[in-house]
Amino acid sequence: MDSATFERPTGPSSAGPSLADTADNGLKIVIVGGFGAGKTTMVRSVSEIRPLNTEETMTRAGEGIDELADLEGLSRKTSTTVAFDFGRISLDARSVLYLFGAPGQERFWFLWDRLFSGTLGAVVLVDTRRLSDSWYAIDRLEHHNTPFIVACNDFGGPLHTEEQIREALDLGPDVPMVECDARDRSSSKYVLITLVEHLHALSSQSMSASARNPSAQNPSATSRAAEPTPEAAS
Amino acid sequence: MSRPGRDESPDRLYTLTGGRSHSDSDTFDLVTLVVAESDPAPGMQSEHVAILRMCRSPVAVVEIAAELGLPGSIVRIMLADLLDTGRISARHPRTARAADRLPDPELLEQVLVGLRNL
Repeated sequence: MDSATFERPTGPSSAGPSLADTADNGLKIVIVGGFGAGKTTMVRSVSEIRPLNTEETMTRAGEGIDELADLEGLSRKTSTTVAFDFGRISLDARSVLYLFGAPGQERFWFLWDRLFSGTLGAVVLVDTRRLSDSWYAIDRLEHHNTPFIVACNDFGGPLHTEEQIREALDLGPDVPMVECDARDRSSSKYVLITLVEHLHALSSQSMSASARNPSAQNPSATSRAAEPTPEAAS
Repeated sequence: MSRPGRDESPDRLYTLTGGRSHSDSDTFDLVTLVVAESDPAPGMQSEHVAILRMCRSPVAVVEIAAELGLPGSIVRIMLADLLDTGRISARHPRTARAADRLPDPELLEQVLVGLRNL
């Protein structure tokens, strides 16, 4: 801790470049995956700052977690702490993209609405040796209607065909899947571009669908986003 | 390594926020960019001073939390105080936040340009 304090006497500038004074629009992409799938590695490979870590302590009305706490005899009743890493990419003079490496475990998901609402989309980072680690995350992303792609991080394990992986993950044909090496900047960059291209295709489709059927959705509503949502997204 | 938010006594966190555990701090998204609008004044709480120094150029809420080593929920309450007293301004994300709604294609095209230029 001492050395960390010593390194940064002047605030975040020591962690990397400061943002441009004109920066005014923060964007989010979430990279979700099991323990050791390479989330932080991927964030590090494309981030302009060294990945930082922070935590959220959340309170919620009792549910599974509290029962678990009681079972384990913990005194903490309704609060849970989730730590996550993040990095940053300045896209242009105004837009800054934040990449969040989010844990895939069950206890994290009640935070999703609160922390990651408004996220552009998600990358599910998969270790093909441990495909089942991704099941829960994929299920929850679908439940939250968060668009995502799957990126298979290359750990040099046995090769699976794309078909085998899709089948094991129960992925629809409409979800893009790519291979990547999370340590490699251009590979991670390609993953992000694949995600945003996918989002663009979905968004263009939904725009043209609503143009054909104006009552279905009001496209102009997408731009009126500045107001924060009131609490209780869930 | 010690992390202030985790290891310090809850009493200290309670003091930092004047005893509140929540507030209108939900206005701050993780990626809301915060900009200081004034210099620190004598007698200000040291965390407030740190925030004002840090935010001479825009800094996201999540970066402030990481730098201070405090949970985001605590930082948001302090930011709400600083906003109320006009010491900071907040630049909220313009992305659609509602579920089931995709960002518009123009925004995504800008994101793609930025990513390809990396």
